[in-house]
Amino acid sequence: METVSTIQTEDFTAHYDPTENTVFLKGFLRLNGIEAYQPVMDLLLSALDQAPACIVDLSGLEFLNSSGISMLSMFVVRVRDRGDIALTFRGSNQVLWQTRSLKNLKRLMPTLTIEFAD
Amino acid sequence: MSELTMNTAMDALVFGDFQIPHSENNEYLTLQFSPSFGPRQKRWRNYGLSADFLGDYFAAFFPGTALPDSAINQQDTVKGAISYIANELLENAIKYTDESLVTPISISLYLQEDLITFRVVNHANESTANSYIDFVQRIITAEDIDALYTAQLEKAALGEGQSSMGLLTMIGDYQAQFAWRFTPDPSHHGAMVVDVLAYLKV
Repeated sequence: METVSTIQTEDFTAHYDPTENTVFLKGFLRLNGIEAYQPVMDLLLSALDQAPACIVDLSGLEFLNSSGISMLSMFVVRVRDRGDIALTFRGSNQVLWQTRSLKNLKRLMPTLTIEFAD
Repeated sequence: MSELTMNTAMDALVFGDFQIPHSENNEYLTLQFSPSFGPRQKRWRNYGLSADFLGDYFAAFFPGTALPDSAINQQDTVKGAISYIANELLENAIKYTDESLVTPISISLYLQEDLITFRVVNHANESTANSYIDFVQRIITAEDIDALYTAQLEKAALGEGQSSMGLLTMIGDYQAQFAWRFTPDPSHHGAMVVDVLAYLKV
């Protein structure tokens, strides 16, 4: 199966860059329910098969609704259950939802690394 | 029982401190949506844009003063918090609305000095309203809201049904206080008017 490495809509972009083992999420993500997040989830999961370390760069993601937070929690648990991947979320301390909600994902996986940049 | 008030006079079920702000002396805005009008996907995008508009509109009343322990100033904090909460409240109202009733959804925001009150009204069928009431009762009786948050996050992560992360993130991550009123809908048998208030200290 060919893996899609970029999803682009009017509101957001999801892109996997294999040279950096990094998935970039940017823009405004407020899809209608967790089911609607499946394509983004598939893109995130595809990054796991490429390297023992995976970075999700959220610094350009200005908005994420609670269904999107549920999707991230699903992804974290998939990584946790595999047990062989180092996962890093890269956020921005200029984006409110990231400063409020991101840290809670560590409750699901204490080894999750969360880095904040200006 | 201080947080749980049963008002049987109007057959309304009230939870929390349900105080609709007076409109006379406050800055307020109301937006009304008709969920049965127009394509669903296009409408969904409108809710998000409306939430952003509400955030921009009310943030303009606040200065760009630096806040302690934050790289985000007061104005941008208000904007981000309002757009998140307004969006989640609208998404919930859409999810719980019985479209066959052809009733509107409204969201109002009231500004009173350092308090922003959100009010969202929608009409739901009885069984939907009852499952919402069940979760409201779990929230107000929870001894440890953080533990409930973690349990529901795990539930969301495993894809096990309704996680209600919208409500829990508004309460846990934005310190929003909630009150709810559920009233039988006089014009639609078997339907209820769901009236939600969220208070945000700014």
